[in-house]
Amino acid sequence: MPRILTGNRLETGDVLYWNGSDWSLSIRDAVAIGDEGEELVARLTAEERINDPVLIEAEPSSQGWRPRTTRERVRAFGPSVRADLGRPDISVESI
Amino acid sequence: MYRYDQYDQAIVDARVAEFKEQVGRRLRNEITEDEFKPLRLMNGLYLQLHAYMLRVAVPYGTLSGVQMRMLAHIARKYDRDYGHFTTRQNIQYNWIKLEQFSDLLDDLSKVEMHAFQTSGNCIRNISSDQFAGAAADELADPRPYAELLRQWSTLHPEFSFLPRKFKIAVIASETDRAAIQLHDIGLQLRKDESGALGFRVYVGGGMGRTPIIGQVVREFIPVGQFMSYSEAILRVYNRYGRRDNIYKARIKILVNELGIVEFTRQVEAEWALLEPLGLDAPKAEYDRIIAQFAEPTYDLAAPDTLDLSDPDFAAWVSQNVHAHKQPGYAIATISLKPKAGIPGDASSAQMDVIADLAKKYAQDEIRVTHSQNLVLAHVRKADLYAVWQALDAADLATPNLDLVTDIIVCPGMDYCTLANARSIPIAQKIAAKFENDIEQQRDLGELKIKVSGCINGCGHHHAGHIGILGVDKKGEEAYQLLLGGSGAEDASLAKILGPGFDAEGIVGAVDKLIAFYRSARTNPSERFLDTYRRLGAAPFKEAVYG
Ligand code: HEM
Ligand code: SF4
Repeated sequence: MPRILTGNRLETGDVLYWNGSDWSLSIRDAVAIGDEGEELVARLTAEERINDPVLIEAEPSSQGWRPRTTRERVRAFGPSVRADLGRPDISVESI
Repeated sequence: MYRYDQYDQAIVDARVAEFKEQVGRRLRNEITEDEFKPLRLMNGLYLQLHAYMLRVAVPYGTLSGVQMRMLAHIARKYDRDYGHFTTRQNIQYNWIKLEQFSDLLDDLSKVEMHAFQTSGNCIRNISSDQFAGAAADELADPRPYAELLRQWSTLHPEFSFLPRKFKIAVIASETDRAAIQLHDIGLQLRKDESGALGFRVYVGGGMGRTPIIGQVVREFIPVGQFMSYSEAILRVYNRYGRRDNIYKARIKILVNELGIVEFTRQVEAEWALLEPLGLDAPKAEYDRIIAQFAEPTYDLAAPDTLDLSDPDFAAWVSQNVHAHKQPGYAIATISLKPKAGIPGDASSAQMDVIADLAKKYAQDEIRVTHSQNLVLAHVRKADLYAVWQALDAADLATPNLDLVTDIIVCPGMDYCTLANARSIPIAQKIAAKFENDIEQQRDLGELKIKVSGCINGCGHHHAGHIGILGVDKKGEEAYQLLLGGSGAEDASLAKILGPGFDAEGIVGAVDKLIAFYRSARTNPSERFLDTYRRLGAAPFKEAVYG
């Protein structure tokens, strides 16, 4: 399964996805990460500006990336019980 | 209510200043996350699934209207307009930003509140009976003793690095509304033959991975010595509690490994050394604190009657209102379990409504309950209708206290990084089957459903008449079903009934349990738990899996 890179912004705690050159708030902007992933995580960890940078498995779908685990789908959308607080570009049904 | 003196405020101010400094260093990258994390946790700040989560302490669950208004302000200014009241009588915010955290702490400290010791291996917020000072069945207000413990445990140097977290609860009646037997230390105020006040001391209760009911280490310790006695218990634990394995580090494991007799012997030996040192607060200090919890000035002419001609009001009164020790007064519980709601959540606007009502009608005091509801403890019966109308207008008057829809739920996988499964949607699906029919709920009577998203048990599933535990089954959310728990004075631990379910399955299983109970009870006043205790698990198992 393809991998994408996520983490939380130090200042805000926001959930972020790596778009190839920068961070985005939306999983839609994520890019698949190849063998360079581990090195990227090591660099980001050393920079200490993103908390818990980690590669997660996700599959492309018509709705965009669909992370393998429920946990990561909840992170990408927001709490499934508060659709009003979710990321507007993803549907709560996608959890 | 207790008001901070100069020392209390100085401690909070110094701690806030210190932590603000650390936040600044982290934001400037002068310290790493590994260095910062233990510091932020000691100040109640977690990183959860969506953002930082802040846990603010509500000592023994008592708040003033001013404090509640500040909690609303914090939700509005620093969070997303709501907060979550927890089973430990605290409040959690889910969307906190580190860069705004210093301002937030300043705001909190203006109303004598803070977030330290709400996480980490220290003595946590002391919990108590939400009806303290008002209950008809209490011996005395337990909160002065909880306050003494709060002061003693605040930044206690010897106990700031315990083997694991430590939770204490204090009550003063036979009815246990604070689950004291499921705490590391549970204190129950009682009288000896001479009429003197003291505590029965339970040690080693807890939920989580290894649920255990606390055992009595002492039937009676005079109130004047309960602090040194608590210190002795903590000393034995701090010295011998396991530090090699986080899952075996709670005091309950030590008590079990030593046995209650040997554990008690060690505590008594320690106390014999400690007691003469004069660690207990002097009588003047007891008096000073007790005076701050003096009874409100009651309106002695308040009529002791209620006009129950409005049936909706009458339903709320019969379910959510309890007897007050003062004639003419009542205790009103505000349900945070509305239809289609999230148990324990309150919006800023709702918090403001409650603060206003407290000020106008309830001696400016609010309580948080361990079942994630709120309480106005001193309401004149003559004002109850007005209070109910205002609550109803804010969706805060659901008449479901202790009924099937009054479900305790932890945040689960909707918020929590440790979760295996979502818990809130399960509670919502179960409640949805009953919430439009209050008569049916009342017919079912007291029925405590408690849901946790993982084995840590923050949703008290082991103390549920029906407990539900989220587990991970090969990457899918799954749920175990437990039966027969109680967190009350008849404490018992729920046991797993059989194989687990998916989300749909667990809701159906609860339905079957309830249908079976209804057919099997001897009469409508036999509670679900009573039927279970009378019949045992087998017929319930047959009803679900048969
Ligand atoms: C969302 C962040 C939370 C985290 C990371 C967390 C973590 C934990 C952990 C690790 C334990 C197990 C401790 C042990 O067995 O040694 C635990 C127990 C517990 N937590 Fe939480 N919890 C969270 C939220 C809550 C909430 C929202 C509540 C109240 C609704 C709560 C109340 C409790 C209670 C009552 C227990 C079991 C009592 C005991 O300590 O034996 N926690 N928590
Ligand atoms: S029980 Fe588990 S999932 Fe629920 S809040 Fe506690 S740690 Fe999180």
